Amino acid sequence: MAYSEKVLDHYNNPRNVGSLDKKEADVGTGIVGAPECGDVMKLQIQVDKETGQIVEAKFKTYGCGSAIASSSLATEWVKGKTIDEALKIKNSDIVEELSLPPVKIHCSVLAEDAIRAAIEDYKKKQGTKDQEQ
Amino acid sequence: MKQNIRKRPIYMDYNATTPCDPKVVEAMLPFFTEKFGNPASRSHAYGWEAEEAVSMARRQVADLIGAGPKEIVFTSGATESDNLAIKGVAQMYGEKGKHVISCVTEHKAVLDSCKRLETWGYEVTFLPVDARGRIDLDELKKAIRDDTILVTLMAANNETGTLHPIEKIGEITREHGVLFHCDATQAIGKVDIDVDRAKIDLLSLSGHKIYGPKGVGALYVRRRNPRVRLVAQIDGGGHERGMRSGTLAVTQIVGLGKACSLLQEGMKQEVEHCRTLRDRLETSIMDQLDYVYINGDPDNRLPSMTNLSFAYVEGESLIMGMKDLAVSSGSACTSASLEPSYVLKAAGVEDELAHSSIRFSLGRFTKEEEIDVAVEQVVSAVRRLREMSPLYELVQEGVDLKTVQWEAH
Ligand SMILES: Cc1ncc(COP(=O)(O)O)c(C=O)c1O
Repeated sequence: MAYSEKVLDHYNNPRNVGSLDKKEADVGTGIVGAPECGDVMKLQIQVDKETGQIVEAKFKTYGCGSAIASSSLATEWVKGKTIDEALKIKNSDIVEELSLPPVKIHCSVLAEDAIRAAIEDYKKKQGTKDQEQ
Repeated sequence: MKQNIRKRPIYMDYNATTPCDPKVVEAMLPFFTEKFGNPASRSHAYGWEAEEAVSMARRQVADLIGAGPKEIVFTSGATESDNLAIKGVAQMYGEKGKHVISCVTEHKAVLDSCKRLETWGYEVTFLPVDARGRIDLDELKKAIRDDTILVTLMAANNETGTLHPIEKIGEITREHGVLFHCDATQAIGKVDIDVDRAKIDLLSLSGHKIYGPKGVGALYVRRRNPRVRLVAQIDGGGHERGMRSGTLAVTQIVGLGKACSLLQEGMKQEVEHCRTLRDRLETSIMDQLDYVYINGDPDNRLPSMTNLSFAYVEGESLIMGMKDLAVSSGSACTSASLEPSYVLKAAGVEDELAHSSIRFSLGRFTKEEEIDVAVEQVVSAVRRLREMSPLYELVQEGVDLKTVQWEAH
Protein backbone atom coordinates (compact mmCIF):
# COMPACT_ATOMS: atom_id res chain seq x y z
CA MET A 1 0.00 0.00 0.00
CA ALA A 2 1.32 3.42 -0.86
CA TYR A 3 1.10 6.11 1.79
CA SER A 4 0.73 9.83 1.26
CA GLU A 5 3.70 12.05 2.00
CA LYS A 6 1.92 13.44 5.02
CA VAL A 7 1.15 10.04 6.53
CA LEU A 8 4.79 9.08 6.08
CA ASP A 9 5.92 12.33 7.66
CA HIS A 10 3.73 11.83 10.75
CA TYR A 11 4.74 8.19 10.98
CA ASN A 12 8.45 8.99 10.75
CA ASN A 13 8.29 12.11 12.90
CA PRO A 14 5.26 11.72 15.11
CA ARG A 15 4.36 14.92 16.95
CA ASN A 16 3.63 14.86 20.65
CA VAL A 17 4.25 11.22 21.46
CA GLY A 18 4.06 10.59 25.18
CA SER A 19 1.89 10.70 28.23
CA LEU A 20 0.56 13.27 30.66
CA ASP A 21 -0.28 12.40 34.24
CA LYS A 22 -3.82 11.13 33.96
CA LYS A 23 -4.44 11.83 37.63
CA GLU A 24 -3.99 15.59 37.23
CA ALA A 25 -7.25 17.57 37.33
CA ASP A 26 -6.40 19.64 34.26
CA VAL A 27 -5.62 16.55 32.13
CA GLY A 28 -8.25 14.76 30.09
CA THR A 29 -7.53 11.25 28.78
CA GLY A 30 -9.32 9.46 25.95
CA ILE A 31 -8.60 5.84 25.07
CA VAL A 32 -10.53 4.47 22.11
CA GLY A 33 -10.39 1.35 19.93
CA ALA A 34 -9.58 -2.22 20.89
CA PRO A 35 -6.47 -4.38 20.49
CA GLU A 36 -8.38 -7.12 18.68
CA CYS A 37 -9.47 -4.59 16.05
CA GLY A 38 -5.87 -3.64 15.41
CA ASP A 39 -5.97 -0.09 16.74
CA VAL A 40 -6.01 1.64 20.11
CA MET A 41 -5.47 5.37 20.52
CA LYS A 42 -4.74 7.22 23.70
CA LEU A 43 -5.01 10.99 23.41
CA GLN A 44 -4.46 13.34 26.32
CA ILE A 45 -5.02 17.07 26.67
CA GLN A 46 -3.97 19.54 29.30
CA VAL A 47 -6.32 22.51 29.61
CA ASP A 48 -5.76 25.99 30.99
CA LYS A 49 -8.72 26.49 33.31
CA GLU A 50 -8.76 30.26 32.91
CA THR A 51 -8.83 30.41 29.15
CA GLY A 52 -10.25 26.97 28.34
CA GLN A 53 -7.34 26.55 25.97
CA ILE A 54 -5.65 23.23 25.32
CA VAL A 55 -2.04 23.97 26.18
CA GLU A 56 -0.56 20.52 25.79
CA ALA A 57 -1.54 17.35 23.94
CA LYS A 58 0.07 13.91 23.85
CA PHE A 59 -0.76 10.62 22.18
CA LYS A 60 0.18 6.99 22.08
CA THR A 61 -1.24 4.76 19.36
CA TYR A 62 -1.21 1.08 18.60
CA GLY A 63 -2.27 0.73 14.99
CA CYS A 64 -1.31 1.05 11.36
CA GLY A 65 0.62 3.97 9.93
CA SER A 66 -2.58 5.85 9.13
CA ALA A 67 -3.81 5.46 12.70
CA ILE A 68 -0.52 6.80 14.04
CA ALA A 69 -0.62 9.71 11.59
CA SER A 70 -4.26 10.52 12.40
CA SER A 71 -3.61 10.72 16.12
CA SER A 72 -0.37 12.64 15.67
CA LEU A 73 -2.20 15.17 13.52
CA ALA A 74 -5.05 15.36 16.04
CA THR A 75 -2.66 16.37 18.83
CA GLU A 76 -1.12 18.98 16.56
CA TRP A 77 -4.51 20.43 15.73
CA VAL A 78 -6.02 20.54 19.23
CA LYS A 79 -3.01 22.30 20.72
CA GLY A 80 -3.78 26.01 21.15
CA LYS A 81 -7.48 25.52 20.48
CA THR A 82 -10.19 25.96 23.09
CA ILE A 83 -12.20 22.91 23.99
CA ASP A 84 -15.14 24.12 21.94
CA GLU A 85 -12.95 24.72 18.92
CA ALA A 86 -11.37 21.29 19.28
CA LEU A 87 -14.79 19.66 19.30
CA LYS A 88 -15.35 21.05 15.82
CA ILE A 89 -12.53 18.95 14.33
CA LYS A 90 -14.15 16.42 12.04
CA ASN A 91 -12.76 13.11 10.87
CA SER A 92 -13.29 14.28 7.30
CA ASP A 93 -10.79 17.09 7.95
CA ILE A 94 -8.23 14.48 8.94
CA VAL A 95 -9.02 12.34 5.87
CA GLU A 96 -8.49 15.34 3.66
CA GLU A 97 -5.30 16.55 5.29
CA LEU A 98 -3.66 13.11 5.21
CA SER A 99 -5.23 11.96 1.91
CA LEU A 100 -6.41 8.75 3.56
CA PRO A 101 -7.82 6.09 1.23
CA PRO A 102 -11.35 4.75 1.93
CA VAL A 103 -10.07 1.65 3.80
CA LYS A 104 -8.31 3.94 6.29
CA ILE A 105 -11.21 6.24 7.09
CA HIS A 106 -11.85 4.38 10.33
CA CYS A 107 -8.46 5.66 11.56
CA SER A 108 -9.68 9.24 11.25
CA VAL A 109 -12.96 8.36 12.96
CA LEU A 110 -10.99 6.90 15.81
CA ALA A 111 -8.88 10.06 16.10
CA GLU A 112 -12.02 12.23 16.26
CA ASP A 113 -13.43 9.90 18.92
CA ALA A 114 -10.18 10.15 20.87
CA ILE A 115 -10.39 13.95 20.93
CA ARG A 116 -13.99 13.80 22.13
CA ALA A 117 -13.20 11.17 24.75
CA ALA A 118 -10.31 13.24 26.12
CA ILE A 119 -12.47 16.38 26.32
CA GLU A 120 -15.29 14.44 27.94
CA ASP A 121 -12.90 13.05 30.53
CA TYR A 122 -11.59 16.55 31.26
CA LYS A 123 -15.11 17.95 31.60
CA LYS A 124 -16.14 15.13 33.88
CA LYS A 125 -13.17 15.83 36.12
CA GLN A 126 -14.01 19.55 36.21
CA GLY A 127 -17.67 18.78 36.91
CA THR A 128 -16.96 16.61 39.92
CA LYS A 129 -14.50 19.22 41.17
CA ASP A 130 -17.08 22.00 40.80
CA GLN A 131 -19.48 19.99 42.92
CA GLU A 132 -16.88 19.54 45.61
CA GLN A 133 -16.32 23.27 45.84
CA MET B 1 21.71 1.39 -12.05
CA LYS B 2 23.85 0.26 -9.17
CA GLN B 3 22.23 2.76 -6.85
CA ASN B 4 18.85 1.54 -7.96
CA ILE B 5 19.68 -1.99 -6.89
CA ARG B 6 21.04 -0.82 -3.57
CA LYS B 7 17.84 0.99 -2.77
CA ARG B 8 15.69 -2.08 -3.21
CA PRO B 9 14.60 -3.63 0.07
CA ILE B 10 16.06 -6.92 1.28
CA TYR B 11 13.80 -9.67 0.03
CA MET B 12 12.50 -11.90 2.82
CA ASP B 13 9.25 -13.02 1.26
CA TYR B 14 10.32 -16.21 -0.52
CA ASN B 15 7.07 -17.92 0.47
CA ALA B 16 5.18 -15.41 -1.65
CA THR B 17 7.39 -15.94 -4.65
CA THR B 18 11.03 -16.47 -5.58
CA PRO B 19 13.20 -14.89 -8.24
CA CYS B 20 14.01 -17.12 -11.18
CA ASP B 21 17.43 -18.67 -10.82
CA PRO B 22 19.63 -17.28 -13.63
CA LYS B 23 20.32 -20.88 -14.69
CA VAL B 24 16.59 -21.35 -15.14
CA VAL B 25 16.32 -18.26 -17.29
CA GLU B 26 19.27 -19.41 -19.35
CA ALA B 27 17.63 -22.78 -19.97
CA MET B 28 14.39 -21.09 -21.01
CA LEU B 29 15.75 -18.50 -23.42
CA PRO B 30 16.20 -20.61 -26.60
CA PHE B 31 12.59 -21.71 -26.35
CA PHE B 32 11.29 -18.19 -26.86
CA THR B 33 13.01 -17.74 -30.18
CA GLU B 34 14.77 -20.57 -32.06
CA LYS B 35 13.14 -23.54 -30.40
CA PHE B 36 9.63 -22.21 -30.47
CA GLY B 37 7.90 -25.31 -31.80
CA ASN B 38 4.64 -26.80 -30.58
CA PRO B 39 5.28 -30.18 -28.97
CA ALA B 40 2.05 -31.40 -30.52
CA SER B 41 3.47 -30.87 -34.02
CA ARG B 42 4.50 -34.39 -34.95
CA SER B 43 5.37 -33.62 -38.54
CA HIS B 44 8.57 -31.59 -38.26
CA ALA B 45 11.75 -30.96 -36.31
CA TYR B 46 10.42 -27.90 -34.52
CA GLY B 47 7.76 -30.01 -32.87
CA TRP B 48 10.13 -32.87 -32.08
CA GLU B 49 12.59 -30.53 -30.47
CA ALA B 50 9.91 -28.99 -28.24
CA GLU B 51 8.51 -32.40 -27.41
CA GLU B 52 11.94 -33.57 -26.36
CA ALA B 53 12.41 -30.55 -24.09
CA VAL B 54 9.04 -31.13 -22.45
CA SER B 55 9.88 -34.80 -21.90
CA MET B 56 13.10 -33.88 -20.21
CA ALA B 57 11.31 -31.38 -17.96
CA ARG B 58 8.70 -34.00 -17.12
CA ARG B 59 11.45 -36.33 -16.01
CA GLN B 60 13.16 -33.60 -13.97
CA VAL B 61 9.94 -32.79 -12.11
CA ALA B 62 9.13 -36.46 -11.59
CA ASP B 63 12.62 -37.27 -10.28
CA LEU B 64 12.40 -34.64 -7.58
CA ILE B 65 9.37 -36.28 -5.98
CA GLY B 66 10.10 -39.90 -6.74
CA ALA B 67 7.44 -40.19 -9.44
CA GLY B 68 7.42 -41.43 -13.01
CA PRO B 69 7.38 -38.93 -15.91
CA LYS B 70 4.01 -40.20 -17.13
CA GLU B 71 2.52 -39.18 -13.81
CA ILE B 72 3.20 -35.46 -14.28
CA VAL B 73 0.55 -33.12 -15.69
CA PHE B 74 1.71 -29.60 -16.44
CA THR B 75 -0.60 -26.80 -15.33
CA SER B 76 -0.51 -23.04 -14.95
CA GLY B 77 0.45 -23.24 -11.27
CA ALA B 78 -0.47 -24.76 -7.96
CA THR B 79 -3.87 -23.06 -7.91
CA GLU B 80 -4.83 -24.90 -11.07
CA SER B 81 -3.27 -28.14 -9.82
CA ASP B 82 -5.32 -27.94 -6.61
CA ASN B 83 -8.51 -27.22 -8.55
CA LEU B 84 -7.87 -30.06 -10.99
CA ALA B 85 -7.02 -32.55 -8.25
CA ILE B 86 -9.98 -31.78 -6.01
CA LYS B 87 -12.70 -31.14 -8.55
CA GLY B 88 -11.35 -33.75 -10.96
CA VAL B 89 -11.31 -36.49 -8.31
CA ALA B 90 -14.70 -35.45 -6.93
CA GLN B 91 -16.32 -35.65 -10.34
CA MET B 92 -14.62 -38.91 -11.28
CA TYR B 93 -15.45 -40.71 -8.05
CA GLY B 94 -18.73 -38.95 -7.17
CA GLU B 95 -20.63 -42.20 -7.73
CA LYS B 96 -18.56 -43.87 -5.05
CA GLY B 97 -19.07 -41.18 -2.46
CA LYS B 98 -19.46 -37.50 -1.92
CA HIS B 99 -17.35 -36.83 1.15
CA VAL B 100 -13.99 -35.04 1.22
CA ILE B 101 -11.69 -34.21 4.14
CA SER B 102 -9.51 -31.12 4.32
CA CYS B 103 -8.29 -28.71 6.97
CA VAL B 104 -9.11 -25.14 8.02
CA THR B 105 -5.58 -23.87 7.40
CA GLU B 106 -5.26 -24.97 3.78
CA HIS B 107 -4.47 -22.47 1.04
CA LYS B 108 -7.47 -20.73 -0.52
CA ALA B 109 -6.96 -22.70 -3.72
CA VAL B 110 -7.83 -25.84 -1.75
CA LEU B 111 -10.42 -24.33 0.58
CA ASP B 112 -12.37 -22.65 -2.18
CA SER B 113 -12.23 -25.73 -4.40
CA CYS B 114 -13.70 -27.68 -1.47
CA LYS B 115 -16.35 -25.03 -1.01
CA ARG B 116 -17.21 -25.38 -4.68
CA LEU B 117 -17.74 -29.10 -4.08
CA GLU B 118 -20.21 -28.22 -1.33
CA THR B 119 -22.31 -26.30 -3.83
CA TRP B 120 -22.29 -29.46 -5.97
CA GLY B 121 -23.81 -31.47 -3.15
CA TYR B 122 -20.61 -32.87 -1.66
CA GLU B 123 -19.87 -32.78 2.04
CA VAL B 124 -16.48 -31.54 3.25
CA THR B 125 -15.03 -32.01 6.73
CA PHE B 126 -12.52 -29.31 7.58
CA LEU B 127 -10.27 -30.63 10.34
CA PRO B 128 -9.35 -28.14 13.07
CA VAL B 129 -5.76 -27.49 14.17
CA ASP B 130 -4.14 -27.04 17.56
CA ALA B 131 -2.19 -24.00 18.74
CA ARG B 132 0.80 -25.06 16.64
CA GLY B 133 -1.27 -25.56 13.52
CA ARG B 134 -1.20 -29.36 13.76
CA ILE B 135 -4.04 -31.72 12.93
CA ASP B 136 -4.89 -34.64 15.19
CA LEU B 137 -4.39 -37.92 13.30
CA ASP B 138 -7.05 -39.64 15.40
CA GLU B 139 -9.49 -36.99 14.32
CA LEU B 140 -8.53 -37.65 10.71
CA LYS B 141 -9.18 -41.38 11.20
CA LYS B 142 -12.51 -40.69 12.82
CA ALA B 143 -13.53 -38.33 10.03
CA ILE B 144 -13.07 -41.00 7.33
CA ARG B 145 -16.42 -42.56 6.38
CA ASP B 146 -17.60 -45.15 3.87
CA ASP B 147 -18.39 -42.41 1.37
CA THR B 148 -15.07 -40.52 1.80
CA ILE B 149 -13.26 -40.33 -1.53
CA LEU B 150 -10.47 -37.83 -0.92
CA VAL B 151 -8.29 -36.35 1.81
CA THR B 152 -6.57 -33.11 0.80
CA LEU B 153 -3.93 -31.81 3.20
CA MET B 154 -0.93 -29.60 2.55
CA ALA B 155 2.66 -30.62 3.28
CA ALA B 156 3.72 -27.24 4.69
CA ASN B 157 1.65 -24.21 5.55
CA ASN B 158 2.46 -21.07 3.61
CA GLU B 159 1.98 -18.69 6.55
CA THR B 160 3.39 -20.54 9.54
CA GLY B 161 5.48 -23.24 7.88
CA THR B 162 3.90 -25.92 10.05
CA LEU B 163 4.47 -29.35 8.52
CA HIS B 164 1.72 -31.91 8.39
CA PRO B 165 2.90 -35.50 8.97
CA ILE B 166 2.30 -36.52 5.37
CA GLU B 167 3.80 -39.98 5.71
CA LYS B 168 1.46 -40.81 8.57
CA ILE B 169 -1.47 -39.27 6.70
CA GLY B 170 -0.64 -41.38 3.63
CA GLU B 171 -0.51 -44.46 5.82
CA ILE B 172 -4.04 -43.76 7.05
CA THR B 173 -5.57 -42.86 3.69
CA ARG B 174 -4.05 -45.87 1.95
CA GLU B 175 -5.29 -48.18 4.69
CA HIS B 176 -8.81 -46.83 4.27
CA GLY B 177 -8.71 -46.85 0.46
CA VAL B 178 -9.14 -43.10 0.25
CA LEU B 179 -7.16 -40.92 -2.17
CA PHE B 180 -4.62 -38.48 -0.73
CA HIS B 181 -3.98 -35.14 -2.43
CA CYS B 182 -1.13 -33.09 -1.03
CA ASP B 183 -0.54 -29.43 -1.81
CA ALA B 184 3.24 -29.43 -1.56
CA THR B 185 3.73 -25.97 -3.06
CA GLN B 186 5.67 -24.66 -0.06
CA ALA B 187 7.39 -27.87 0.94
CA ILE B 188 9.05 -28.70 -2.37
CA GLY B 189 12.73 -27.95 -2.19
CA LYS B 190 12.67 -27.49 1.57
CA VAL B 191 11.70 -30.92 2.86
CA ASP B 192 12.22 -34.32 1.26
CA ILE B 193 9.08 -35.54 -0.41
CA ASP B 194 8.76 -38.93 -2.03
CA VAL B 195 5.30 -39.77 -3.32
CA ASP B 196 5.76 -43.48 -2.75
CA ARG B 197 7.15 -43.18 0.75
CA ALA B 198 4.36 -40.77 1.73
CA LYS B 199 1.74 -42.74 -0.22
CA ILE B 200 0.60 -39.58 -1.94
CA ASP B 201 -1.82 -40.07 -4.84
CA LEU B 202 -1.94 -36.50 -6.14
CA LEU B 203 0.53 -33.68 -5.47
CA SER B 204 0.48 -29.99 -6.43
CA LEU B 205 3.57 -27.90 -6.98
CA SER B 206 4.35 -24.52 -8.45
CA GLY B 207 7.25 -23.09 -10.46
CA HIS B 208 7.50 -19.67 -8.92
CA LYS B 209 8.05 -20.92 -5.36
CA ILE B 210 11.13 -22.90 -6.36
CA TYR B 211 13.12 -20.39 -8.44
CA GLY B 212 11.25 -21.24 -11.62
CA PRO B 213 8.97 -18.98 -13.62
CA LYS B 214 5.47 -17.86 -12.67
CA GLY B 215 2.52 -19.27 -14.54
CA VAL B 216 3.59 -22.91 -14.50
CA GLY B 217 3.08 -25.78 -12.10
CA ALA B 218 2.42 -29.47 -12.07
CA LEU B 219 0.04 -32.03 -10.73
CA TYR B 220 1.37 -35.47 -9.95
CA VAL B 221 -1.30 -38.08 -10.64
CA ARG B 222 -0.51 -41.63 -9.51
CA ARG B 223 -0.70 -44.24 -12.26
CA ARG B 224 -0.21 -47.44 -10.30
CA ASN B 225 -1.44 -48.82 -6.97
CA PRO B 226 -3.87 -47.22 -7.22
CA ARG B 227 -4.35 -45.75 -10.69
CA VAL B 228 -5.95 -42.35 -10.15
CA ARG B 229 -8.31 -40.95 -12.75
CA LEU B 230 -9.57 -37.40 -13.11
CA VAL B 231 -12.27 -35.52 -14.91
CA ALA B 232 -10.52 -32.75 -16.86
CA GLN B 233 -11.45 -29.22 -15.88
CA ILE B 234 -10.21 -27.67 -19.12
CA ASP B 235 -11.46 -29.28 -22.30
CA GLY B 236 -9.86 -29.02 -25.71
CA GLY B 237 -7.21 -30.81 -27.72
CA GLY B 238 -6.69 -33.58 -25.20
CA HIS B 239 -3.15 -32.65 -24.17
CA GLU B 240 -1.55 -34.14 -21.06
CA ARG B 241 -3.33 -37.47 -21.61
CA GLY B 242 -6.66 -35.70 -21.67
CA MET B 243 -6.29 -34.29 -18.18
CA ARG B 244 -5.35 -30.76 -19.16
CA SER B 245 -5.89 -29.42 -22.65
CA GLY B 246 -4.05 -26.45 -24.08
CA THR B 247 -0.81 -26.06 -26.02
CA LEU B 248 2.02 -26.74 -23.63
CA ALA B 249 3.83 -23.66 -22.31
CA VAL B 250 7.18 -25.06 -23.39
CA THR B 251 9.33 -22.18 -22.15
CA GLN B 252 7.74 -22.25 -18.71
CA ILE B 253 7.84 -26.01 -18.53
CA VAL B 254 11.53 -26.07 -19.42
CA GLY B 255 12.06 -23.53 -16.64
CA LEU B 256 10.13 -25.61 -14.13
CA GLY B 257 12.14 -28.69 -15.11
CA LYS B 258 15.42 -26.85 -14.70
CA ALA B 259 14.29 -25.48 -11.32
CA CYS B 260 13.56 -29.02 -10.15
CA SER B 261 16.89 -30.36 -11.34
CA LEU B 262 18.72 -27.55 -9.52
CA LEU B 263 16.91 -28.58 -6.33
CA GLN B 264 17.77 -32.19 -6.93
CA GLU B 265 21.46 -31.21 -6.92
CA GLY B 266 21.56 -28.50 -4.32
CA MET B 267 18.66 -28.89 -1.96
CA LYS B 268 20.65 -30.25 0.97
CA GLN B 269 23.06 -27.32 1.13
CA GLU B 270 20.27 -24.88 0.45
CA VAL B 271 18.19 -26.15 3.34
CA GLU B 272 21.19 -25.90 5.67
CA HIS B 273 21.95 -22.39 4.42
CA CYS B 274 18.36 -21.30 5.06
CA ARG B 275 18.11 -23.00 8.43
CA THR B 276 21.31 -21.39 9.70
CA LEU B 277 20.16 -17.95 8.61
CA ARG B 278 16.62 -18.44 9.92
CA ASP B 279 17.93 -19.51 13.32
CA ARG B 280 20.28 -16.56 13.43
CA LEU B 281 17.44 -14.18 12.58
CA GLU B 282 15.06 -15.66 15.09
CA THR B 283 17.42 -15.96 18.04
CA SER B 284 18.93 -12.52 17.53
CA ILE B 285 15.48 -10.94 17.51
CA MET B 286 14.28 -12.89 20.51
CA ASP B 287 17.44 -12.16 22.47
CA GLN B 288 16.87 -8.44 22.11
CA LEU B 289 13.11 -8.11 22.44
CA ASP B 290 10.59 -9.35 24.97
CA TYR B 291 7.01 -10.38 24.19
CA VAL B 292 7.91 -12.06 20.88
CA TYR B 293 6.06 -15.27 20.04
CA ILE B 294 6.67 -17.88 17.35
CA ASN B 295 3.58 -18.81 15.34
CA GLY B 296 3.30 -22.35 14.03
CA ASP B 297 5.11 -25.42 15.25
CA PRO B 298 8.66 -24.53 16.33
CA ASP B 299 9.65 -28.20 16.35
CA ASN B 300 8.26 -29.12 12.99
CA ARG B 301 8.23 -26.40 10.39
CA LEU B 302 9.87 -25.20 7.21
CA PRO B 303 13.57 -24.55 7.84
CA SER B 304 13.56 -21.37 5.78
CA MET B 305 11.09 -19.20 7.62
CA THR B 306 9.76 -17.86 10.87
CA ASN B 307 6.44 -16.25 11.65
CA LEU B 308 6.72 -14.01 14.70
CA SER B 309 4.18 -11.99 16.64
CA PHE B 310 5.47 -8.82 18.25
CA ALA B 311 2.96 -8.09 20.98
CA TYR B 312 1.76 -4.51 21.45
CA VAL B 313 2.77 -3.31 18.00
CA GLU B 314 0.61 -3.57 14.92
CA GLY B 315 1.92 -5.43 11.87
CA GLU B 316 1.38 -2.84 9.18
CA SER B 317 3.02 -0.05 11.15
CA LEU B 318 5.88 -2.42 11.84
CA ILE B 319 6.30 -3.17 8.16
CA MET B 320 6.36 0.58 7.51
CA GLY B 321 9.11 0.89 10.09
CA MET B 322 11.26 -1.80 8.49
CA LYS B 323 11.84 0.20 5.35
CA ASP B 324 14.58 -1.93 3.94
CA LEU B 325 12.82 -5.26 4.38
CA ALA B 326 10.32 -6.91 2.08
CA VAL B 327 8.29 -9.16 4.40
CA SER B 328 4.61 -9.95 4.82
CA SER B 329 2.20 -9.62 7.71
CA GLY B 330 -0.80 -11.54 9.02
CA SER B 331 -2.30 -8.21 9.93
CA ALA B 332 -5.70 -7.29 8.55
CA CYS B 333 -4.35 -3.99 7.41
CA THR B 334 -2.25 -5.58 4.70
CA SER B 335 -5.22 -7.35 3.16
CA ALA B 336 -8.42 -6.06 1.68
CA SER B 337 -10.59 -8.01 4.09
CA LEU B 338 -9.80 -6.23 7.39
CA GLU B 339 -9.78 -9.69 8.97
CA PRO B 340 -6.50 -10.95 10.38
CA SER B 341 -5.02 -14.17 8.98
CA TYR B 342 -7.44 -17.12 9.08
CA VAL B 343 -4.49 -19.45 9.48
CA LEU B 344 -3.36 -17.83 12.72
CA LYS B 345 -6.94 -17.49 13.88
CA ALA B 346 -7.56 -21.20 13.33
CA ALA B 347 -4.56 -21.93 15.55
CA GLY B 348 -6.21 -19.90 18.29
CA VAL B 349 -3.81 -16.96 18.00
CA GLU B 350 -5.58 -13.98 19.53
CA ASP B 351 -6.55 -11.28 17.06
CA GLU B 352 -4.22 -8.85 18.71
CA LEU B 353 -1.22 -11.12 18.19
CA ALA B 354 -2.34 -11.96 14.68
CA HIS B 355 -2.34 -8.24 13.91
CA SER B 356 1.26 -8.13 15.15
CA SER B 357 2.58 -11.02 13.10
CA ILE B 358 5.34 -10.84 10.53
CA ARG B 359 6.41 -13.65 8.24
CA PHE B 360 10.10 -13.72 7.34
CA SER B 361 10.78 -16.25 4.61
CA LEU B 362 14.32 -16.74 3.37
CA GLY B 363 15.77 -18.50 0.40
CA ARG B 364 18.60 -19.38 -1.92
CA PHE B 365 19.88 -15.84 -2.35
CA THR B 366 19.57 -14.59 1.24
CA LYS B 367 22.91 -13.45 2.67
CA GLU B 368 24.19 -13.37 6.21
CA GLU B 369 24.72 -9.60 6.11
CA GLU B 370 21.08 -9.23 5.17
CA ILE B 371 20.06 -11.09 8.29
CA ASP B 372 22.03 -8.69 10.44
CA VAL B 373 20.47 -5.66 8.76
CA ALA B 374 17.05 -7.24 9.21
CA VAL B 375 17.58 -7.91 12.90
CA GLU B 376 18.66 -4.35 13.50
CA GLN B 377 15.65 -2.94 11.64
CA VAL B 378 13.18 -5.22 13.38
CA VAL B 379 14.55 -4.48 16.82
CA SER B 380 14.67 -0.72 16.37
CA ALA B 381 11.23 -0.53 14.72
CA VAL B 382 9.61 -2.63 17.43
CA ARG B 383 11.25 -0.58 20.17
CA ARG B 384 10.19 2.69 18.60
CA LEU B 385 6.60 1.54 18.09
CA ARG B 386 6.37 0.16 21.60
CA GLU B 387 7.42 3.56 22.91
CA MET B 388 4.41 4.82 20.99
CA SER B 389 2.09 2.00 22.04
CA PRO B 390 -0.56 2.61 24.72
CA LEU B 391 -0.79 -1.15 25.16
CA TYR B 392 2.88 -1.56 25.95
CA GLU B 393 2.58 1.32 28.41
CA LEU B 394 -0.33 -0.36 30.18
CA VAL B 395 1.54 -3.65 30.37
CA GLN B 396 4.60 -1.88 31.79
CA GLU B 397 2.29 -0.40 34.42
CA GLY B 398 1.23 -3.91 35.33
CA VAL B 399 -2.23 -3.79 33.78
CA ASP B 400 -3.64 -7.04 32.41
CA LEU B 401 -5.00 -6.01 29.01
CA LYS B 402 -7.69 -8.67 29.22
CA THR B 403 -9.29 -6.85 32.16
CA VAL B 404 -9.59 -3.57 30.24
CA GLN B 405 -13.00 -2.59 28.93
CA TRP B 406 -12.25 -1.55 25.33
CA GLU B 407 -14.51 0.65 23.31
CA ALA B 408 -14.50 -1.39 20.16
CA HIS B 409 -15.85 0.01 16.94
C1 LIG C 1 0.28 -23.70 -0.20
C2 LIG C 1 0.02 -23.01 -1.50
N1 LIG C 1 -0.83 -23.56 -2.38
C3 LIG C 1 -1.09 -22.97 -3.55
C4 LIG C 1 -0.52 -21.77 -3.92
C5 LIG C 1 -0.85 -21.15 -5.24
O1 LIG C 1 0.20 -21.30 -6.14
P1 LIG C 1 0.22 -20.59 -7.56
O2 LIG C 1 0.61 -19.18 -7.31
O3 LIG C 1 1.24 -21.33 -8.34
O4 LIG C 1 -1.14 -20.71 -8.16
C6 LIG C 1 0.37 -21.16 -3.03
C7 LIG C 1 0.99 -19.86 -3.34
O5 LIG C 1 0.60 -18.83 -2.83
C8 LIG C 1 0.63 -21.79 -1.79
O6 LIG C 1 1.47 -21.22 -0.91
